[in-house]
Amino acid sequence: MSTRIIGPFNRVEGDLEVHLEIENERVQSAQVSASLYRGFEHILLGRPAFDAITITPRICGICSVSQSVVTAAALSDALGVRPSTNGQLGINLVHAAENLADHLTHFYLFFMPDFARPAYADKPWFAKTQRRFQAQAGLGAKELLAARARLLNITGILAGKWPHTLAVQPGGLTRSLDEGGKMRLLSVLADVRAFLQETLYGLSLEEIAGLENRAALDKVLDTAIDIGSDLGLFAALARDLDLESLGAAYSRFLSFGAYHFQDENLFPAGMMVAGEVRELDPGAFREDLQSSWYAGGPSHPADGVTQPFIEREGAYTWCKAPRVNGQPAEVGAVARQLVAGQPLIRDMVGAGPANVFARIIARLVESARIVINMEYWARRIEPKAPVSTDEKPADEGVGVGLAEAARGSLGHWVRIEKGRIQNYQIITPTTWNFSPRDGAGVPGPVEYALEGTPVAHSDPNAVAVQHVVRSFDPCMACTVH
Amino acid sequence: MTFKILWLQAGSCGGCTMAALTAEDRGLIAALRAFGVEILWHPALSVETGREAVKILEDITSGKVELDALCVEGSAMRGPGGTGKFQMLSGTGRSMADWIRELSGFARYVVAVGTCSAFGGLPMAGGNVTDACGLQYEGDSEGGLLGRDFKSKGGLPVINIAGCAPHPDWITETLGLLATVRLSADQLDTFARPRFFADHLAHHGCSRNEYYEFKASATQFSHLGCLMENLGCKATQAAGDCNLRSWNGSMGSCPDAGFPCVACTSPGFETPSDAFQETAKRAGIPIGLPVDMPKAWFIALAALSKSATPERVNSNAQSDHVVIPPVRDEDDT
Repeated sequence: MSTRIIGPFNRVEGDLEVHLEIENERVQSAQVSASLYRGFEHILLGRPAFDAITITPRICGICSVSQSVVTAAALSDALGVRPSTNGQLGINLVHAAENLADHLTHFYLFFMPDFARPAYADKPWFAKTQRRFQAQAGLGAKELLAARARLLNITGILAGKWPHTLAVQPGGLTRSLDEGGKMRLLSVLADVRAFLQETLYGLSLEEIAGLENRAALDKVLDTAIDIGSDLGLFAALARDLDLESLGAAYSRFLSFGAYHFQDENLFPAGMMVAGEVRELDPGAFREDLQSSWYAGGPSHPADGVTQPFIEREGAYTWCKAPRVNGQPAEVGAVARQLVAGQPLIRDMVGAGPANVFARIIARLVESARIVINMEYWARRIEPKAPVSTDEKPADEGVGVGLAEAARGSLGHWVRIEKGRIQNYQIITPTTWNFSPRDGAGVPGPVEYALEGTPVAHSDPNAVAVQHVVRSFDPCMACTVH
Repeated sequence: MTFKILWLQAGSCGGCTMAALTAEDRGLIAALRAFGVEILWHPALSVETGREAVKILEDITSGKVELDALCVEGSAMRGPGGTGKFQMLSGTGRSMADWIRELSGFARYVVAVGTCSAFGGLPMAGGNVTDACGLQYEGDSEGGLLGRDFKSKGGLPVINIAGCAPHPDWITETLGLLATVRLSADQLDTFARPRFFADHLAHHGCSRNEYYEFKASATQFSHLGCLMENLGCKATQAAGDCNLRSWNGSMGSCPDAGFPCVACTSPGFETPSDAFQETAKRAGIPIGLPVDMPKAWFIALAALSKSATPERVNSNAQSDHVVIPPVRDEDDT
């Protein structure tokens, strides 16, 4: 048995350290540690309720709009204000722009550069992969950054800036819309569609979004490989390295539901356990603190407290351990698409766990679905209809905001008295995925997914470990709010 | 010769990096390359991880590699009890604060990217439980992690690219200045912010200017009127050329999008005297009046302009779209 510590584990958002116990060149057990504490749940206490709209986006620079959306939903739930239809369309567009930017950033900047490492220099796909994805130097990153900047123009048009906008409010959007703005949105979306179709997929958004099963995917991947698109490069190396054999976690998935419009979510809320869809029950959540540097025992987030306690025996992370019905669960695009019934992802995962390959494909399929829906929402904007309601909020209440960030399920639980925040608890997507061991000794999803991962003596970087960890697209900044 | 930078994320949300990636609408990598800037290591962009990354840091502290600029994003976490354990640099067993202290001694310039590393920022709010501070400021007091007398090898104090998050081009232009021309002490303002953006007020060039002039104010979000009187806008007091250059494309800015400037380039912005989204007032008069404007004059001018406000401006100010367009005198056309 030997031990390895990998840190700073970069090309993730925020601070991450991974501890591995290795035997016979395989990971025997793993511990993941979030090594920063910032105290947002404490900072929010006593503040005027609506200050949360300024404060919570700053939990995370990469999913700041998701924080805004969930804050607005929690205040809306607590204080009884609902967004206007037009405002909801605008919020969906800003939120989708950020989520899509995150998926693309993950693929081009965080995940793929590992395959351009010298460790793979003898692979037939190496030269092309290096040309596109080598960190900093790759042409893919350069093209992605230009396309990403263009995509985020949507946030300039609808939300003033990104990250850290205050445009998303419980009553809707602060930015009124006119015909010119609507046309600018459609113009940006045409460029986004072109980037995805021409550079990323080499196929139309509809061909990707409509994939029905594994056989259809394999056919599409053959085409992508022929064309030489970035999806094709991924497909070639994923087959060669058998990325499907890596990173299996639990067959328990959560989605809080995303993109509310006309009384329903584009991607519905729910839970999937061993292939069966169940209703989401947030009442069954508990945050366990056994391995975390906090005082106290397991509690529901509505009654949760965050009290740093660095001397806690056996603790190794600032991440809490959320559990549903006492069990860990995986969140993210693969969970969202499973719960939403996307047929390809259902076919790939079945009743089993997800894996590195399925997580990447789920993000790529979801990206196509997002752009198609963004076009739909943009066309439905009515320039002169109100973006915001003028309902007056109550000054007391208890509320929950639930939505999906790019990386998965995000929830805020708030209690407001006399217009001020009495308690505020946050569970972020990566808190689910990167949770430590709980009181029963059950490891979190990533810790579990790492067990069995090959680590050769001759491989100082443990590349397979890197693929597994990054396949979850962790956002440690969120985790350690 | 390239200009070598090392970028570290202290107690941060990563938002300054995320903003920087959109620089000049073509992305950080291309924007920096134009100025000959080479990134030795960046947590989001570099391939090196774990031991490989630590080696890059050690090559700097052993003098093997020269460092032109140390860029730090995020607050320095000094707690608990001065240990810095609220943020350890993963894989090193040392606090990030400790690393920054050491690396600062090797850098020609030290650049605080964002309000957190400049002044402490949001983690300082709510009683500052993490003992967070900026690199050379703690709020508006000099000191911070490196102390008030700190000067980097290049002879400058920590350069504060304030903003939460800063405009991406403030970041690339500051690094570009350091890499290609030079940046002297007189090009920094009293809070060591580059004057090319800090000599402006965020208010300059605001698209709501006509409403401001007539004190025709919005009373709720989405209204077109000025956000200063009721909705907490501090743009007349905050440093920044926010409305002279746009954010995220051709048209973004905070007040333009209908929400208040929270003065995110200012020390202490995280703890306003009242709610962020409401204007603090005393006897009906906003507490925070435009900088360098005598209060009596402001009140007199506001009363005068309010009495002269055209019906068009008053009506549009409290609507979410133009209800009365400007009527042009036919003699003018």
